[in-house]
This record gives sequence, structure tokens and C-alpha cells, in this order.
Amino acid sequence: MNPLDATATTIRNDIAAGRLSAVEACRAALDRIATVNASLNAFNLIAGDRAIARAEEIDRRRAAGEPSGPLAGVPIAIKDNIDVRGMLTTASSRILRDFIPPYDATVVRRLEAAGAVIVGKTNCDEFAMGSSNENSAFGPVHNPWALDRIPGGSSGGSAAAVAARCAPVALGSDTGGSIRQPAACCGVVGLKPSYGRVSRYGLLAFASSLDQIGPFGRTVADAATVLSVIAGADPCDATTSTEQVPDFSGSLTGRVSDIRIGVPRAFVSEGVDDQVRRAYEAALETLRAEGATLVDIDLPHAKYAVPVYYLVCTAEASSNLARYDGVKYGYRAAAVKDNLKEMYSRTRDEGFGPEVKRRIMLGTYVLSAGYYDAFYLKALQVRTLLRRDYDQAFERADVVAMPTMPTPPFRLGEKTDDPLQMYLADVFTVSANLAGLPGVSVPSGFSNDGLPIGFQLTGRMFDEATLLRVADAYERVTDWHRRSPSL
Amino acid sequence: MPTTLTVADVERIAALAQLELTDEEKQLFTRQLADILAYAEQVQAIDTSGVPATAYVNAAQRTERDDDPRPCLAVEDAIANAPDAAPDAGLFRVPRVIGG
Repeated sequence: MNPLDATATTIRNDIAAGRLSAVEACRAALDRIATVNASLNAFNLIAGDRAIARAEEIDRRRAAGEPSGPLAGVPIAIKDNIDVRGMLTTASSRILRDFIPPYDATVVRRLEAAGAVIVGKTNCDEFAMGSSNENSAFGPVHNPWALDRIPGGSSGGSAAAVAARCAPVALGSDTGGSIRQPAACCGVVGLKPSYGRVSRYGLLAFASSLDQIGPFGRTVADAATVLSVIAGADPCDATTSTEQVPDFSGSLTGRVSDIRIGVPRAFVSEGVDDQVRRAYEAALETLRAEGATLVDIDLPHAKYAVPVYYLVCTAEASSNLARYDGVKYGYRAAAVKDNLKEMYSRTRDEGFGPEVKRRIMLGTYVLSAGYYDAFYLKALQVRTLLRRDYDQAFERADVVAMPTMPTPPFRLGEKTDDPLQMYLADVFTVSANLAGLPGVSVPSGFSNDGLPIGFQLTGRMFDEATLLRVADAYERVTDWHRRSPSL
Repeated sequence: MPTTLTVADVERIAALAQLELTDEEKQLFTRQLADILAYAEQVQAIDTSGVPATAYVNAAQRTERDDDPRPCLAVEDAIANAPDAAPDAGLFRVPRVIGG
């Protein structure tokens, strides 16, 4: 039996009990990656030797009788916009194609301290900007369920890697849906924690007020375990919260009889594919049958979330990406001898891909004199109204349910010529980032073509425990998460 | 308002963003950015009088710490990724800044 058919929790327990070695689990992951990556292009880097050395260390420690960490020996894939010291970290951009970070992201340090074994860095949209993984300088990731379809973005490589059983868990980052949306596309669980729950230190910044690192897994329980390891205050990220980190795994009781699920009927009534709508209604009915109460809620400003999001995230991106100038790290344009400004602008033109340039341009525009008030400031005010919508909704409901994505995963190349159409794929995911709220996508069915469909729950600020409890209760009475793509 | 974005506007923004665009990119971005801005203009119809801006969601949090010196990156690590460095001097090297 392939050890990677098991969950992270089982792999960890089998290793702790001596039924499996960390090296065996690691070799299984590396073999699987070697088999499927030519079809998927999910990995930018496979860290074979380093991973085996780490796994041997885990086995040595166990043999010496040392206690096993919560992820001891569990293979994990890391999105390539998260720093691992000494390991190429490119953000799938030409401008960082040779960048080797001199330090670890806090999440990487915590994962390795818990015994996780990093098997590689996963492909993504360049600087996490995209909804289809087609903006990578290293080519798109292919959906394991249908190779001509998008895996979702921007964390498409991490989602595809977990769906294809290259690793039981992976890390992604979510600025406007970049964990939840690819999770839906690839038929796995993806969790965006509350803003401030997880340190962003060592995450290559895209939009600092929205970015959040989170886990992928094939089960809610595995996502909860990884969240427990990476969550918590960090002196290296002043935006991390000092809120206590509860026992997320312990909160998975299967009970939802006390839960009120908010259903924003008006918001999800338009522009949703029929198959997605049916899966959504069926998921609501499943939770109702388990004892949850459905309550109608209204999010009157949610329909503005996409324009607000693209005004805010591009403004922040234009500032964050100013650091890529060919001086301190990364690519520098050749043959610019005597002019610093020309070196900057040519380096950035040659180093960045089209979507990144588009967003830098848009962000620069909305921050420029004459447009700041009309666009950027206005967007920040509507962001406040959207937060108030959620505050009111959470007076009546404990979680809010929506589809993750309005359609099943579309074809590669289908929307690449029309960025605005691409942005509209984010309609159900961006609100959680703007409001800072935790959100999770769980597998909730398949289209007639056999493409995965996701169901999204959004929770109260810092209440991942309730969010995960509801998601896990749904998973317990459904079997969508047990299916796996034939590759 | 900006639905009438021109190539000259795009050139002005590109200069602010330190991006040297090709003519083809200028044409493409003029069209695409105009589309996106026209779509984003819908937010301007929302009444936000008296509504404060949300730049960060956890703004109330205490973020100060004691100003104690701590270890930081060694100079050789900090310049290790530079496309052009002067390791002996511990400096980044750039093209001419003044004159020339």
C-alpha cells in the first residue's frame, strides 16, 4: 500500500509507532512526484536530498526515544512564495529565478520543528497574482482531474500536489481566494486562517493587508493539525495576533446541532453555474439534516467585493513590488551600463510577467494624485461597509456558506486574454480577505464532466475552531474527499 | 473619469512605476486597464459619507516592542543574492547614479 494514500495524521502516527519510517514516507512522496510532475507541472523544485536527510533525522530521533512532533515524518509541499533557507524561492517569477533566501519563513521553522519534511516548492501564479495558475513564469499547473483544465490559483501547485497524493498536506497563501479556490478546483480542503492568525514573515509580500498563509489537506482534520502548528504570535510579524491558539483538532466533534448557517441568498443567486448551485444546495441540506439551522442573511456590499479587492490589492502590490529593482537580489537586465533609472525600468520590464505589470500599473494609477480619493480611499471605505455586513450577519449566524467558485474549473487558456473575466472568478472568495475572516473550502461534489466543486464556509474573526468543526461535520457524512484522480 | 484612458496616461503611470513598456504592452494595457477601471468605477456610486477607511483589519492591536538590539543578517548573507556586489566592501554595486 502507498503510505501517501493515508492522511497526515495516520502517517505521523504510523511513524511514531514504528509501522512506517519517515524515510519510507519521504521516498513514496518523491517517487510519486517523479511519476506525476511531468503531467502536472506542480513543482518548481523537488528537494530530494534535503528531504531524505531530514527524514533520516526524524527516524534517528524516534529510534533514540525522543518524543515525536505533531507532524513527525509527514511530507509537505510549500508554495514557492514562502522562504525556505538555502532553497530556491522564485514566486514563479523570472525576476526571482535565482533567489536563495538567507532565512526561513516562520511557518517553515514551525513546520520543521514539528517534524514535517519539505519535499519541494510548488508552482503558483507569479507573486500569487492569478486565479488559474497560468501566470507562472514556469508554465501553468494542470488540474489532476483533467489535464486541460486550470488547477485554480494562485496556489495551484500546492492544491494539485495534494490532490495527486504527492504529499498529504501543503502550504499555500491566500490574498483573494488563492488557497480556497484551487482547493475547490482540485477537490481538496483549503483553509485561509483569520488575518493575523499565521505569521507572514518569509512570505513574499503581495498585498500585506490581505495575504495569509494556510494549509491544504485531503481532510479537514489534517488542515486543522497544520494550522495548530503554524498559528500564533510572531515577533517578526507585527500584524500577528496575540489571540490564544485553541486546540483546533480537539474542536472537531462532528456536532452541528448548535450551529446557525448563514445563507446569503441574494448574493449567490446570480452568475452561478447550475451544477455549482445544485452542489451548494445539497451541501446546505446535508448540514441541515445533521442538525444545523439555516438562516437567511444579507451581505449587501458583497457584490462590490471584486472591484474593491482589485483596487486595494493592486495598490498594495505596486508598493510591495517596488523592491524588485535589480539591486539587492534577483534578475538584473543586461547591458545597462551607465544609467540607474534605466536599469530599474528595464529590469522590471524584463523580469515581471504581464499580469504582475498590469497590477503594478493599476495600483500605481489608483494611488496617483487625482485618483487616490476616487478609487483607493473609496475602496477602503466600502471595505468597512463590507466588514459591517459580516458583523451583522454573525449576529444571526455562526458561519456563512457560499460556493467557493461560481463555475467548475475552466479550460486552460479560456480566460487569459480577458483579465476582467478572470477577476470575476474570485467573486465568492475575496470578501473574506477584505474582512480578515477565516474561510475554508471543502469538496462538495463533481460536475457532469467529473470536475471537482467546492463548498465554502466563512467564520467569525479568529473562530477557525467553529469553522473547522462545521467543515469536518460535513466531511464525516459525505465521501467526496475520498475520491482521487486517476493519473 | 478614466474610462478614456490614453496611451499617454499609461506611459505616465509606467514611468511612476519604473516600468519600461514595449509599444505592444502600452496598447494592450491601455485597453485592459480602461476595462478594469470602468468596472471598478461602480464603487463610486456607493454612499460612504462618514464611513472610515479600513486599511488593516486588526488595527487596534498593540504592535510596539522594546527597542532592544537583536542579531540580524550577516552582510555576506545580505548581499549573497545581489546581481552585482562588492563583497570585500560589503556593498551592492549599481550603474552610475549622478552625471555620466
